[in-house]
Amino acid sequence: MTAPQTTPRAPTRRRPPRAHGGLAWPVAVLAGVGLAVLVLPLVALVARAPWGELGELLARESVLEALVLSLGTATAATGVCLMLGVPLAVLLARAAAWPTPARRLLRAAVTVPLVLPPVVGGIALLLLLGRRGLIGSALDDLFGITVPFTTGAVVLAQVFVALPFLVFAVEGALRSTDRRTELAAATLGASRWQVFRHVTLPLVAPGVAAGAVLCFTRALGEFGATITFAGSLPGVTRTLPIASYLAMQTDPDEAIALALLLLAVSVGVLLLLRDRWLPGVRG
Amino acid sequence: MLRSRVARVALAAAVVGVLAACAGGAGDADGTGGPGPATPSTADALESGTITVFAAASLTDAFEELAARFEERHPEVDVVLNLGGSAALAQQVVAGAPADVFAAAAEPPMATVVDAGLADDATVFATNTLELAVPTGNPAGIAGLDDLAREELRIALCDESVPCGAAAATLLDEAGVDAAPDTLESDVKAVLTKVALGEVDAGLVYRTDVRSSGGSVEGIDVPAAASVVNRYPIAALAEAPHPAAAAAFTAFVTGPEGRDVLDRLGFGAP
Repeated sequence: MTAPQTTPRAPTRRRPPRAHGGLAWPVAVLAGVGLAVLVLPLVALVARAPWGELGELLARESVLEALVLSLGTATAATGVCLMLGVPLAVLLARAAAWPTPARRLLRAAVTVPLVLPPVVGGIALLLLLGRRGLIGSALDDLFGITVPFTTGAVVLAQVFVALPFLVFAVEGALRSTDRRTELAAATLGASRWQVFRHVTLPLVAPGVAAGAVLCFTRALGEFGATITFAGSLPGVTRTLPIASYLAMQTDPDEAIALALLLLAVSVGVLLLLRDRWLPGVRG
Repeated sequence: MLRSRVARVALAAAVVGVLAACAGGAGDADGTGGPGPATPSTADALESGTITVFAAASLTDAFEELAARFEERHPEVDVVLNLGGSAALAQQVVAGAPADVFAAAAEPPMATVVDAGLADDATVFATNTLELAVPTGNPAGIAGLDDLAREELRIALCDESVPCGAAAATLLDEAGVDAAPDTLESDVKAVLTKVALGEVDAGLVYRTDVRSSGGSVEGIDVPAAASVVNRYPIAALAEAPHPAAAAAFTAFVTGPEGRDVLDRLGFGAP
């Protein structure tokens, strides 16, 4: 298990042209259609964009508010994911030695949010942390804290959907590391924490970075869990995707501008960090 | 990274989803929901098929009942309801959604559709006013509109872009209440759900919503709301795939039987 399969292939690893020759035509045609399915909607978005008024649209307070909120919450969510996800990935990687049922259960627990419709995640979070939720009711009674409809709820919803991306990225990196380095450090008297901090973590740093990028972009795009669990209030919980969805009902031009902004930020983050970090991931 | 097995499963699921969606779309486009024996008993038989009715979320119960009654009278026609925020539905119609009938919770979303040349004669068939909804037992002790300004309470309103939100804004403005909402939802049923779950202390919804909630929320009458009336227009759409059935359904809703159902659910007369 080496690099995340979702990272773009590096130019340096592109095979010589000859290797591409001789695609069977059904493969070529279907691949072309597949590519069109991925690319054409974005082309339409860019083509249909109200370029003339884009400056005015993007300078609107509602747009800036949503942008600031989205960047802030996605950054916070990525931070939380790093803090919780790296240890979870270590646990998952070490679980290889566990009995099969326990190992599978653990892996399923991390995988489910990945395949779950985000709205389901939002409902689940509401039933846990809502005012009458499993934990939420106690929080409300004891401390007067209500989680839903706060910026914190937005971050929580994002963490719920984005955490698995980080965990699997780091776990993949961990599995491909040579455990003998860690054993050597341990033999030389390093404590478990020292081994983790000075050997394991530097070894998987590229995997962590790749995971953090995926995590950030996923958090940035979060919609279903957020609108269900956190609601939608400008400046507090109305993130870019929600603002874009709502604008589509009344002002499609603003919705398109918001969508472009979201696209630009996501692609920008990917490109920026790809050159910096991702090449190192490929073993 | 993603274990390859997970990736494969996810991919397979995605493919199945896309195929299902395509198949569903094709079925709708065909619109032949089984020929069904044409039994022209009380009404003239219509061309058999499926009509799609886009209706405001606040019409959910009314239109579910009306659709069932219409199908009883016209067994050859299936009525499929698409319920949501009026503004979103209007945009979908303008974007080319294959709808036969559009019923909105206020006149502006219908104007969007009429202005786009997709409907010409909208008929107002019902009216509605707002009411405060609180969770059963009214835990926060809400007494009236003024309570919506209390910062410490959790308040849900509709976003101003949808009719219930526009009405709420007018009402609050006229009453001079500076509300402190914690969330602005995109349709009235979302507000109602958050009240019913007890996640908010109060919300402004239509009085018909309180009535149709089956006791999961309590209504508090707002006298000032009587002057802020939402008028519900309905129209058969110009590009309806099934124009005759669309016109028949519209006539049914605006006719005596429609009035009967709407009355019972608390909608006012036009």
